[in-house]
Amino acid sequence: MAASDYDVAVVGGGLVGAATAWGLAREGCRVALLDEGDRAVRASRGNFALVWVQSKGLGLAAYAGWTVRSSNAWAGFAATLKEETGLDVCFQRPGGFHLALSERELEARATTLKRLHNQPGIVDYRTEILDHSQVAKMLPDIGREVVGASYCPLDGHVNSLRLFRTLHTALHARGVKYLPSHRVGNISREGGEFHLSTMQGAVRAGRVALAAGNANMRLAPMVGLEAPMKPERGQIVVTERLRPFLHYPVVTLRQTDEGTVMIGDSKEESTDPAGLTLGVSATEAERAVRQFPLLANVNVVRTWSAIRVMTQDGFPIYDESETHPGAFVLCCHSGVTLAANHALTVAPMIARGALDKMLVAPFSARRFHVQEAG
Amino acid sequence: MTEASNFASSYDLVVIGGGPAGLAAAALASRAGASTVLFDENPDIGGQIYRGITSTPIKSHAVLGEDYWAGAALAAEAKASGALIVTGATVWSLDPSRLVGVSVAGKARMIQAQRVIIATGSLERPFPLPGWTLPGVMTAGAAQTALKAHGLVPDGRVLLAGCGPLLWLLAAQLLRAGTKIEAILDTTPRSNWLRALPHLPDFLLSSYWSKGLALLREVKAKVPVIPIQRLSAHGEGKLQHVEYRSSGKDYRRRVDMLLLHQGVVPNVNLASAAGVAHRWNERQLCLEPVLDVDFGSSVPGIAVAGDGAGIAGGAAAAERGRIAAIAAVHALRPSASVPDPQSVRQRLQREELGRGFLDTLYRPADAFRLPEGETIVCRCEEVTAKQIHDMTAMGCEGPNQMKAFLRCGMGPCQGRLCGLTVTELIAAGRHARPADVGYYRLRPPVKPITLAELASLPISEAERKAVER
Amino acid sequence: MFKRLDEAASIVAIEVDGKTVRARSGDTVAAAMLAGGIDHCRTTPVSGAPRAPYCLMGVCFECLVTIDGVGSRQGCLVPVRDGMRVETQQGKREVGR
Repeated sequence: MAASDYDVAVVGGGLVGAATAWGLAREGCRVALLDEGDRAVRASRGNFALVWVQSKGLGLAAYAGWTVRSSNAWAGFAATLKEETGLDVCFQRPGGFHLALSERELEARATTLKRLHNQPGIVDYRTEILDHSQVAKMLPDIGREVVGASYCPLDGHVNSLRLFRTLHTALHARGVKYLPSHRVGNISREGGEFHLSTMQGAVRAGRVALAAGNANMRLAPMVGLEAPMKPERGQIVVTERLRPFLHYPVVTLRQTDEGTVMIGDSKEESTDPAGLTLGVSATEAERAVRQFPLLANVNVVRTWSAIRVMTQDGFPIYDESETHPGAFVLCCHSGVTLAANHALTVAPMIARGALDKMLVAPFSARRFHVQEAG
Repeated sequence: MTEASNFASSYDLVVIGGGPAGLAAAALASRAGASTVLFDENPDIGGQIYRGITSTPIKSHAVLGEDYWAGAALAAEAKASGALIVTGATVWSLDPSRLVGVSVAGKARMIQAQRVIIATGSLERPFPLPGWTLPGVMTAGAAQTALKAHGLVPDGRVLLAGCGPLLWLLAAQLLRAGTKIEAILDTTPRSNWLRALPHLPDFLLSSYWSKGLALLREVKAKVPVIPIQRLSAHGEGKLQHVEYRSSGKDYRRRVDMLLLHQGVVPNVNLASAAGVAHRWNERQLCLEPVLDVDFGSSVPGIAVAGDGAGIAGGAAAAERGRIAAIAAVHALRPSASVPDPQSVRQRLQREELGRGFLDTLYRPADAFRLPEGETIVCRCEEVTAKQIHDMTAMGCEGPNQMKAFLRCGMGPCQGRLCGLTVTELIAAGRHARPADVGYYRLRPPVKPITLAELASLPISEAERKAVER
Repeated sequence: MFKRLDEAASIVAIEVDGKTVRARSGDTVAAAMLAGGIDHCRTTPVSGAPRAPYCLMGVCFECLVTIDGVGSRQGCLVPVRDGMRVETQQGKREVGR
């Protein structure tokens, strides 16, 4: 290997890239983290902060196992980060709810879970369907319109913005070179090392890990990889700080440790992160008030829209290049849930120079060709 | 009182803000036959400069001065014009298709406008010094509002601190109302005088010159003026004393009220959330919208008039409102009769004369714009200057990433009291220009509304499907 | 912190934390509290520090109070009404009020 500036260049300073870079630094790698500027299209600033298990894996049983692995690793991951930085990302796993506002919604929920659990090789994560009175025992403030819910004891949440800050703080402390405003224009492989060209000059590294979200679609082919993406816009409504009243995360509504209530989970076909559809915020608000009528008078102080990182089938992509050894790609929607895996499982694989097929073979982008052929 | 259900669902012109720009714009457009509604958030029209103009308990004209009472004609003109004037109406959303979200008495409505004139004026530049969040520390503008709208004057030992024309005006008004001011702590850097000299000829031609000089004389005859280079406020639970440095010596002084001012800056939140392009004004050290000669913005059909277009004062604001309204009427009803825009432009030019001198002379010192250590920058989320410095050193390049990391600008004021400070602190830390650092990305609602209000808005089938799955 | 230049002609009475405060008809809640000698109107939801009205023009959100049972109202934008019940807001708002 040539005398590169870095052992590994991680492209993408969001949660996937930062968690991976941290994991690599823990393995003793010299790491550069290349990021875009302040107005980057950044899912990590607009995500919903759930560490979520229920309903993951319909269509790809391995994804359920991968998710549960990360969920189980999260407490240790958070503790290590706190030890290193003094910052508490407030990971909690009290179990989580998916509320239904009609019998039809509840039935749809039950059907989905049944199909999920009937898949061969699925890990059992004990999701159950509860009726109104069972839900009300744990969520006393639900409205009458809530007919029931699915509940999974493995679900949890964190403070994802603090996670973002904590990872960057830890990276800084570990000497990872953070390079903002380094949008990667081109990647080439010369003499056994990768050259990443940016407007600020080239960065040379022995290995490269692409964690650039939807931009992996553009970057992956430069190193013989592929990342077929299908971005979509999500919007979040955020309230003022309230005294603690909600002790479990709901898939569309959660109270943060700071007290604010986040309401979200919309999906629109759009790649414009600046835009905002008021009617979508209105729908989120309307459902939130039906779920928790006490919220009616609470003030909304912010809305947010962000572009979800979404592969074409919704499942993660982890691959290493056959034509460009040392190049890896990481793509996934659930950068918070899977952060523990990226830091503790995937990063060490990249440090060793090869992905562990036992763990991540189901997430190769080759699956897209299989489907096309079939 | 007008309720949200009582106005139409569309208007030719929606004017946002009932200060001089908004009042003049609404009056002109309505007289020219455009269906016009003016929304103002306050209980009464007048904006900040003419605050309480139709209701002030201050009856003696001498206290507030003739410039204030000029607002009465403007208010009367707007009221007589036929424009619908709705007070207590908070506009919290505006989009590029000119759909206006407004709330009145807890009820939200969406109003479609053919044209929009944003006349939301200015707010006082952040003055982030140690202890500025203590009860007993207020802006000079707040004291002026208390006086104009409510006939209230500060009680006890009162200090004024800062720089800028408004500080001197407030001092004069308080003195005329019989208030004792212990001292004025003048933060104007001495070096500013030299820099301002080239702008002096224009200033001597402007109306500010004679009025300003008379004001200075009036105040200096009654109040000691102390030039200072450093200032902090202290107290347990409320302001008890200030510490300041003057000519190399440190002083401590017991005080009950500290009124701060270092100029005003455009209130950009609504225009910015509507997608209007903004740029950094290096002379005024603030963000301002990019506008054409008619105050039209980068978003078709949306104009920004008044001090929101760049600071120029009340009289200029009214002329700007008229120019924007003439352009709106031209677009809506080309045959309507409107005043000659050239004469309005000439009056505006006269009013804008002299700004260069004032902006340069009263450019606040770095020490009062770029705080350090534990001084609070974001009052809502209690984020300190040290935290911003540290994150900048870690490579955080801009205010949006800073917001994600530290929550600065995430509270109910939505960055209005920290945005400029955060941008300037990052710029200083990066040795970059504020123009390159940028500003918070702002989205509706630009003022808080309740979830119930948001939930009451019209929802299309596609919008519902984006959430219900 | 403030005093009235003239005794108000038209007086209304509001209640602040159970105490009667006389105000001028036309006052905002924040103005009435300032004139009534109330030295802070809330404590912050972050550190619990006391705060008082700062800008009186609707932008700083320091004058948030509970008015007639509804929390987080901007006192500087709400006119007083005879019999109005105002409470200083302590820390984070309580859901449902």
